[in-house]
Amino acid sequence: MAASSTSAVKARPPGRAQSFQQRLRAGDDLTYAVTFAAALSILVVTALLVYELYVHSALSRHKFGWSFLVTRTWDPVAEQFGALPFIYGTVVTSAIALLIGIPLGVGAAIFLAEMAPPGISSGLTFLIELLAAVPSVIFGLLGVFVLIPILRKLEDPIRSVLGWTPLFQGPFYGVSMLAAGVVLSLMIIPFIISISREVILAVPNDQREAALALGATRWESTWRVVVPYAYKGITGSIFLSLARALGETMAVTMVIGNDPRINASLFAPGYSIAAIIANEFAEAPGEMYTSALIELGLVLFALTIVINGAARILVASTTEKGGS
Amino acid sequence: MSLRLIRRKAVNALMLALTGLCTFIATGTLLYILGYLLVHGGKNLSWDFFTKLPTPVGETGGGMANAIVGSAKLLLLATAIGVPIGFLGGVYLAEFGGNTFAYIVRYVTDLLNGVPSIVIGIFAYTLIVLPQKHFSTLAGGLALSIMMIPIAIRSSEEFLRAVPLALREGAMALGASKSKAILTVVIPAAKNGIITGIMLNLARVAGETAPLIFTSLGNRFWSPGWEQPTAALPVMIYNYALGAYEDWHQQAWAAGFVLLTLVLAVNILARLILSRQAHVPR
Repeated sequence: MAASSTSAVKARPPGRAQSFQQRLRAGDDLTYAVTFAAALSILVVTALLVYELYVHSALSRHKFGWSFLVTRTWDPVAEQFGALPFIYGTVVTSAIALLIGIPLGVGAAIFLAEMAPPGISSGLTFLIELLAAVPSVIFGLLGVFVLIPILRKLEDPIRSVLGWTPLFQGPFYGVSMLAAGVVLSLMIIPFIISISREVILAVPNDQREAALALGATRWESTWRVVVPYAYKGITGSIFLSLARALGETMAVTMVIGNDPRINASLFAPGYSIAAIIANEFAEAPGEMYTSALIELGLVLFALTIVINGAARILVASTTEKGGS
Repeated sequence: MSLRLIRRKAVNALMLALTGLCTFIATGTLLYILGYLLVHGGKNLSWDFFTKLPTPVGETGGGMANAIVGSAKLLLLATAIGVPIGFLGGVYLAEFGGNTFAYIVRYVTDLLNGVPSIVIGIFAYTLIVLPQKHFSTLAGGLALSIMMIPIAIRSSEEFLRAVPLALREGAMALGASKSKAILTVVIPAAKNGIITGIMLNLARVAGETAPLIFTSLGNRFWSPGWEQPTAALPVMIYNYALGAYEDWHQQAWAAGFVLLTLVLAVNILARLILSRQAHVPR
């Protein structure tokens, strides 16, 4: 820094202007240095985050190796830990969330971006942005006291239609993977809607106009031209919501039932990675237990990083292609 | 009209109805449950909620005054750490960005933003709670500050970028250095946007629970200073909702009402201010 400012000053004639210039340069350098340090600290914090998770899970990683990911046992007394029941619970609840969330979310996004009159659309969009801001613990509270009673009322109808499948067997106490999946779907719908809507709006207008000029109806232009154009971005929005669903903690913890066993029935309670960390971490007895929980955190971290990374690429590829 | 055209128009109308129905179900369900919370929570709210400590287990009554103060302290700490770093980082990206380093910073910021909050909690735990061997306000505040940084960076960058280039050029044409132009022209021009961005950011972390349950833990009493465990509103909702007492559930509803009203009010205000400005980054 010092070297560059002296060389710049040398090139100029001597005098008062020189010191003025120098001070200006020094101010610029200082601003640059301070803001650069702040930007750099993001990289440091993230690197430190990965490092801490990695180091503090060493005990568990060395003892169980890769088999940690495929072991079903979770026995704190015998200090035998496997992540499979939690990975299973996380994946199943997220899958339910997507199954409900994708049709409703993408359908609503198409409605808001393409089909609805502008007045209705802007009002509803504002509302959905607000819903996306509701804290997850609030969803948990509503899940426990509103959604679970509703699901219990729906138990018999569900059984009479789908009771023959292995997915809806056994007793139903309310807290279950089904309840967790439904709460998650409510949480991700606003995200799918608002991101998909943005992606659809980024499709250039000439695409629509060309389709309409050829005599397509509104729906035909939407379904055959706009949606294929925005396809990647919509997929990206779904990936982003999936990453949120996988890492979602409070709402799931409150309704999933916290049972570390793998059960095919969605009526059965389960456990997710985030939920066991939330429940057990503060009181985890012994270093091995803590270490296993941190390794679960590492697994969750890796999972969401991969999915988020893919999602960002997909969303960017559509909005940059179309937006300007 | 040919039969084919009638069919196509019918499909169009059907899909309009169908996608409209999707929108209706999605927003309707969400509105229903939030309305339920506002009505039910408002009913359970009393003056005691804001002024009294939680009562011992088994006794009814009491409030969550300590949790409200605790949340405020946690947010203060989170803002004090997270906002300066995020804001200055945003200045870097908007004013000096454009190189590979800035690209990497943006990418990593997005990654950090996507890290589940519970993992951030583990991070703060290993960083502060583990060496100190006790839970503290400090650890909770740090966890929240890490959640704030990515959004603070991206929203500051966004609003600084929205300042027209002509303003920068005008300042520099008058002889201002780049730093002078940034400090006296660009940042003041983007001030409103940046402040609203920080408000939205605060509203988001105010509801965060997962990073707090094993950093600031919880406390049934006041928590003086920064070194002790402290109660926080979202954690209280979590604990009370899962508790066995009817009275606790009512307190949880009241707390949920207060938290949600706060978050929604800030969001509505911020979005009204921003409605004709640059779009809000997530």
